Amino acid sequence: MRVGLFIPCYVDQFYPNAGIATYQLLTKLGVDVVYPTGQTCCGQPMANSGFEHLTTDCNNLFIDNFAEFDYIVSPSGSCTLHIKDHLHSDKAEDKATSIRHKIYELVEFLVDILKVNNLHAKFPHKVGVHQSCHGQRGLFLTQMSELVAPYYSKPQQLLSQVEGLEIIPLSREDECCGFGGTFCVVEEAVSSKMGKDRVKDHVTHGAEYITGADMSCLMHMEGILKRENSGVKVLHIAEILNAE
Amino acid sequence: MSRDKILAALQQNQPELVPLPSTLSFERDESLNLVEKFKVMAEGIGSKVYVVAGFEEIATVIGMDFPNEKRIVSAVPELATDAIPAFLLNESPHTYESVDVAIFKPRIAVAENSALWITEDRMGVRALPFITQHIVMLVDVATLVPDMHAAYLQIGDADYGFSTFIAGPSKTADIEQSLVLGAHGPRSMTIFLYGK
Amino acid sequence: MAETDDAVKTHPQLSDIFNEDEERVDWHDATLWWIRAKRDKSAHSIPEWEQLRDTASQIKNNVLSNLADYLVSFEKNALANGIIVHWAADAAEHNRIVLGILQENGIQQMVKSKSMLTEECHLNEYLEQHGLDVIDSDLGERIVQLAKEPPSHIVLPCIHKKKEEIGDLFHIHLGVPAGTSDPQVLTETARQHLRETFLTRKAALTGVNFAVAETGEFVVCTNEGNADMGAHLADVHIASMGIEKIIPERKHLGVFLRLLTRSATGQPITTYSSHFKKPRPGQKMHIVIVDNGRTVQMGREDFRASLKCIRCGACMNTCPVYRRSGGHSYHNAISGPIGAILAPNLDMKKYADLPFASTLCGSCSNVCPVKIDIHQQLYKWRQVIVKEGYADNSKKLGMQLMTFTLSSPSVYRTAGKAGRWFLKHVPFAVNNKLNPWYKHREMPEPPAESFGEWYKKNVKNK
Repeated sequence: MRVGLFIPCYVDQFYPNAGIATYQLLTKLGVDVVYPTGQTCCGQPMANSGFEHLTTDCNNLFIDNFAEFDYIVSPSGSCTLHIKDHLHSDKAEDKATSIRHKIYELVEFLVDILKVNNLHAKFPHKVGVHQSCHGQRGLFLTQMSELVAPYYSKPQQLLSQVEGLEIIPLSREDECCGFGGTFCVVEEAVSSKMGKDRVKDHVTHGAEYITGADMSCLMHMEGILKRENSGVKVLHIAEILNAE
Repeated sequence: MSRDKILAALQQNQPELVPLPSTLSFERDESLNLVEKFKVMAEGIGSKVYVVAGFEEIATVIGMDFPNEKRIVSAVPELATDAIPAFLLNESPHTYESVDVAIFKPRIAVAENSALWITEDRMGVRALPFITQHIVMLVDVATLVPDMHAAYLQIGDADYGFSTFIAGPSKTADIEQSLVLGAHGPRSMTIFLYGK
Repeated sequence: MAETDDAVKTHPQLSDIFNEDEERVDWHDATLWWIRAKRDKSAHSIPEWEQLRDTASQIKNNVLSNLADYLVSFEKNALANGIIVHWAADAAEHNRIVLGILQENGIQQMVKSKSMLTEECHLNEYLEQHGLDVIDSDLGERIVQLAKEPPSHIVLPCIHKKKEEIGDLFHIHLGVPAGTSDPQVLTETARQHLRETFLTRKAALTGVNFAVAETGEFVVCTNEGNADMGAHLADVHIASMGIEKIIPERKHLGVFLRLLTRSATGQPITTYSSHFKKPRPGQKMHIVIVDNGRTVQMGREDFRASLKCIRCGACMNTCPVYRRSGGHSYHNAISGPIGAILAPNLDMKKYADLPFASTLCGSCSNVCPVKIDIHQQLYKWRQVIVKEGYADNSKKLGMQLMTFTLSSPSVYRTAGKAGRWFLKHVPFAVNNKLNPWYKHREMPEPPAESFGEWYKKNVKNK
């Protein structure tokens, strides 16, 4: 099994530790993982802003980098979902289709494909789990509170294998943090208010760390935490699952 | 003509025909105690519920519950007494505007939401169930059905000029989500469950 | 705040203003979240809830695919019932028809119950311009009418108003003592004030929640009983409906009546679900069937499903953006997520901002009782709006720059490195008023090296 590692552009540039943890974790679990160095971005920022028609080159570049792998894994729910829903190519549609079926976000890859049930990880802290919307409602990582259906949570399943980790409860288990891509600047007032409220939920319930499967949400909440001079930190879930 | 324009536009823009769902039946808890469920739902919505043996009890309780109400009328022939005269339809709404308590007998009672189906022919006049200050409903437990699907099965293709489901006293929560009973319709609803 | 066409602010601008009072935003958000929570509790009490949603969705899909025939059946059956049927291509025609009915009956005063369609058509304004007096009888609608504002929510018209503000309005207009704020007292005042209205108005206008093709009857749902008080005491009953309010058969009402109110407010059913089939003897009953852009939406394959909407408002209650920006920020009769996918069809330029007033979180689609793919439609509207040329020019430029940068690995890496260098060494170039992110958030800490750089250094080439 050869896995292509897809690192979101903002993780690559600003939160490399999340990428490093992902790489190390997969390697630890015996996966042959490669990071194609020619990759850039999935095109989501443009597409979500209404400029899907500008993502042709981005898409083709993605296909060139990733077509050869058995699986593509990414520490980002929203980027994974975007590729799954929107990757197309005039030049190589069958490759695009193949990629859409073999791309996985990290958590779902660990739970559904590798079926990890015995992580040797240790993280004795109080952790708040943020359910990033695209991963949750798009990739079904955790049951959404809107549906009348049995509860499950893949992130929680993995975090429960981490020694010493305590997941804190929240008042609103799956409300959006307000990042939303360009929304965070186009609708700045609402975006920062949403982020503020999310952060408050975690902080009042005693979180020492806020984690999730999407660094974009965490980056947004971190911005607010830092502005509030809070001691609470954000960590991508890969970093916790990789912690020893 | 707008009618033709609209229909033509629809014919052009409608998608391919999609069939209706083949069934409207849903899993139901057959062991559900309909009387219990109805009572819980009705009280939750704000109605007062009495379980009685028969009509004589009803007249007494009404007398006790509404000691100060001057005008009590009945749209239920079997219940009419001197104290509770039968409602007589008159032309002007102003003649029944002063009704304090009006008594009705709905045709169907729905356990899942305490909704009572009452057709025009049992209302006396359409406005009466709404204009009365207090409404009393006499419910034969034999008319209880579990849910709305069962209710519509019962209703079938009945013809009526007007009919309604009434689930409780009128209410509003428009002011800061504070529930207030007694908006424009009746201020209270009293339900008598009788029969086997 | 009254709507003025020449100064229509956008959603971001209006939200900015709304967010100036943080305490008020918290109050608005908490109130609507509470309603969402009540909806959840109610939905969870129905084990077959998801099956119900599926069924309702399928029924509405069938309706949209056969709407012309259903409307013809409805009309035929309604006519046989003695109802007079009118068709209106647009809002203006709807308003003219209503005016015409009132004038031919010599009526100058009308009582109205809730109809979002008439909000869409601006009926009240139109009738008032023609010298008619219209009173909204739904308490929430009456309150916003007195305040000279549009409703902010399709089910809870004055959810944005505090009881003290309502008390002030009632003090000015209905004579309650200054400082009254008890909801019980205020409601009682409205009851007395409107009872006189019901008894004297010869014409009543209601909305239509559902119109049954099979039987030619229509259903009006209220908690207050105001639609019934108006209709049963009036000589003329006018009902306004959008073409999409059709449902095929009477028994389908069972599905929709189980879903509607639970989705809207968490109640099992509205107090009244009134089925109007024939006029009262001596009464005239009219129904006005309105298009106003719906047939155009029907032709938009990606957005057609928005016509399944049964106007429950669940999407508004669950939307984290709606809760923190308020219905008026959408500057449209129908606000919130459903408004954002209906409005651009009516005027793409005016409503270009609405599909962007969302993080695409998807909560709305999952509370929608008829399973409209709202958040997917929001994404698709964004593409249409940009293609039609309604995107900001500055945004266009920014996007083209982003495309250039992200299509080339070498340009991307250089740009990334430069960005990190700037953030590290010239932070004030980024951390200033010109950077909207910086208003309430710190920028991320620039790392020494990117993941790509780390990988090159630490992993043997595979």
